[in-house]
Amino acid sequence: MHFKSHSGKMLSESSSFLKGMMLGSIFCALITMLGHIKIGNGNKMYHHEHHHLQAPNKEDILKISEKERMELSKSFRVYCIILVKPKDVSLWAAVKETWTKHCDKAEFFSSEKVKVFESINMETDDMWLMMRKAYKYAFDKYRDHYNWFFLARPSTFAIIENLKYFLLRKDPSQPFYLGHAIKSGDLDYVNVEGGIVLSIESMKRLNKLLSFPEKCSEQGGMIWKISEDKQLAVCLKNAGVRAENAEDSQGKDIFNTKSVGLFIKEAMANKPNQVVEGCCSDMAVTFNGLTPNQMHVMMYGVYRLRAFGHIFTDALVFLPPNVSDND
Amino acid sequence: MSEIHFWEMASKSWLNFLIFLCGLAVGFVLCSQLFSILLGEQDDTQPKILHNDPHDGHSDDNGEYHLKGQMDFNADASQHKDENTDIADNLYEKVKILCWVMTGPQNLEKKAKHVKATWAKRCNKVLFMSSEEDKAFPAVGLETREGRDQLYWKTIKAFQYVHDHYLEDADWFMKADDDTYVILDNLRWLLSKHSPEEPIYFGRRFKPYVKQGYMSGGAGYVLSKEALKRFVDAFKTEKCTHSSSIEDLALGRCMETINVEAGDSRDTIGKETFHPFVPEHHLIKGFLPKTFWYWNYNYYPPVEGPGCCSDLAVSFHYVDPTTMYELEYLVYHLRPYGYLYRYQPALPENIRKEISQAYKNEDPK
Repeated sequence: MHFKSHSGKMLSESSSFLKGMMLGSIFCALITMLGHIKIGNGNKMYHHEHHHLQAPNKEDILKISEKERMELSKSFRVYCIILVKPKDVSLWAAVKETWTKHCDKAEFFSSEKVKVFESINMETDDMWLMMRKAYKYAFDKYRDHYNWFFLARPSTFAIIENLKYFLLRKDPSQPFYLGHAIKSGDLDYVNVEGGIVLSIESMKRLNKLLSFPEKCSEQGGMIWKISEDKQLAVCLKNAGVRAENAEDSQGKDIFNTKSVGLFIKEAMANKPNQVVEGCCSDMAVTFNGLTPNQMHVMMYGVYRLRAFGHIFTDALVFLPPNVSDND
Repeated sequence: MSEIHFWEMASKSWLNFLIFLCGLAVGFVLCSQLFSILLGEQDDTQPKILHNDPHDGHSDDNGEYHLKGQMDFNADASQHKDENTDIADNLYEKVKILCWVMTGPQNLEKKAKHVKATWAKRCNKVLFMSSEEDKAFPAVGLETREGRDQLYWKTIKAFQYVHDHYLEDADWFMKADDDTYVILDNLRWLLSKHSPEEPIYFGRRFKPYVKQGYMSGGAGYVLSKEALKRFVDAFKTEKCTHSSSIEDLALGRCMETINVEAGDSRDTIGKETFHPFVPEHHLIKGFLPKTFWYWNYNYYPPVEGPGCCSDLAVSFHYVDPTTMYELEYLVYHLRPYGYLYRYQPALPENIRKEISQAYKNEDPK
């Protein structure tokens, strides 16, 4: 009698336990599924909406023959557009004397004519209008001469050789729109402060749309102004071109909106044992927020100062520009 | 009777309920574990923090731990996979440099720490010299006071200490401040053309007060083994004394007295390698006013602008901690891919012979 009631009790207890377990598992499964979809989306939104273009690995490069390498080096023709205003004149001078000498061609597009320097006058103060006109000018004049178009502000320092290295194996007939990509709500855009790279195909598509105000308006924001880099992203999106974040083979950004000094200061605060390792890519293309003096220091630091006895066998060869004494 | 029965039933239900809850919890936990195994954790998309730096191949000790041409593949290997350091590694063995860094108790954490984190590890041996010993850092205690007027005392004692403990461990003996940034690879290139048996020392040469000139203290200077021996000896025989507290000038006077030559440290096209200021001060025309003492001190014609500084610069001074790391990044990390540098100095003759010999001896693969 006792035994029976005992086992009866046990049976009801174990069945409660089992019921609990089952219910717990079902709850868990539901939550995991939901969470995963949510997290999956979240990750996608923050990391994978920008299709990350990675720089080529050494293994890929070694597959290229010697002859191909020479051909390749010459096959990258980069046209640099620098948008300037009269207030930028000291940065303009620095940029003119430093990194732009390494573009295949560099031209300065200014809001108005400036006595001291040659520039192409855009006759407008509005950055977005300047940008549109500059892209149109460059495309109309140079579409057959250059296959990559790099736009920058004069506060940016760029290493064009590293840009070309990154573009290795990238087909300019594809619509590329690269740089330091940011997500703003629904829109992925390349931040102008890190420099904007467009392939010739993207230039083609953009220029087609420039004459269609519904697709690519001159007056982006209705209530307040939208920055020119976002406006560009909207137009390009309408032309079927998506922004992509450029990274090296380790996932580090190569287009930077900050200066080396700022990165170092942050690393000293956040990663004091790995300051240089945690700082920036060895193959960085741009840094931003430099003073004119810092541009000259970067020129020396990048193109001249080095450690003896460290040799690199690179897949491309770039010669120093003619008539230049600081590189 | 029914009341007791009721409570009995109630407690039984309570118990059942509790057991049910336990089952719920257990089921949940087990299931979530199962899922996490099945789905695998999302990889951290952050670039891995690098534990080993290929440039950290040299331990603080007697270069015993130097990885000859070997790379630590846990390090940021892909950036440096195209890098061949055979020549640098060869020079590391051929031109042994002991560095001592002038610092003090107040500056160990503020300044010396960043020297330790950057260029110091490329010395064959490095010592931090302070007025008091610090076993943890570690720093050698010279038993002096601190202060600008103690600099020459500290220098004399530091060189004596190095002479007494490490004479045979190096060929060249470099003094630097805790705000000097030194590029050891370039120093080795410079010194490889000389013998440690020569009585000679190198640095940024200044012309006043001493006939053969003397070397700027802050830009750092390096003594040959013979020069070190003569210097230490001179204090024993009182050929030199603590004649003044101006460290670099007093040392320069002593060097002249003991017939140690003030060497020309400029590169093969006449550009200076040791710098008493940061790159910006030298590279920007007009940064240093024309009335500044510097223009009258330089032994060789001083140059501002791009001609100021060799591509193979050895040192910069007044380098704050941020700039230490910036220079480290610019010299050893950031580079223009595929760029053919204008200045292509030759390898020292003896090194070139050795390397070609080494290649000849290698079995064809």
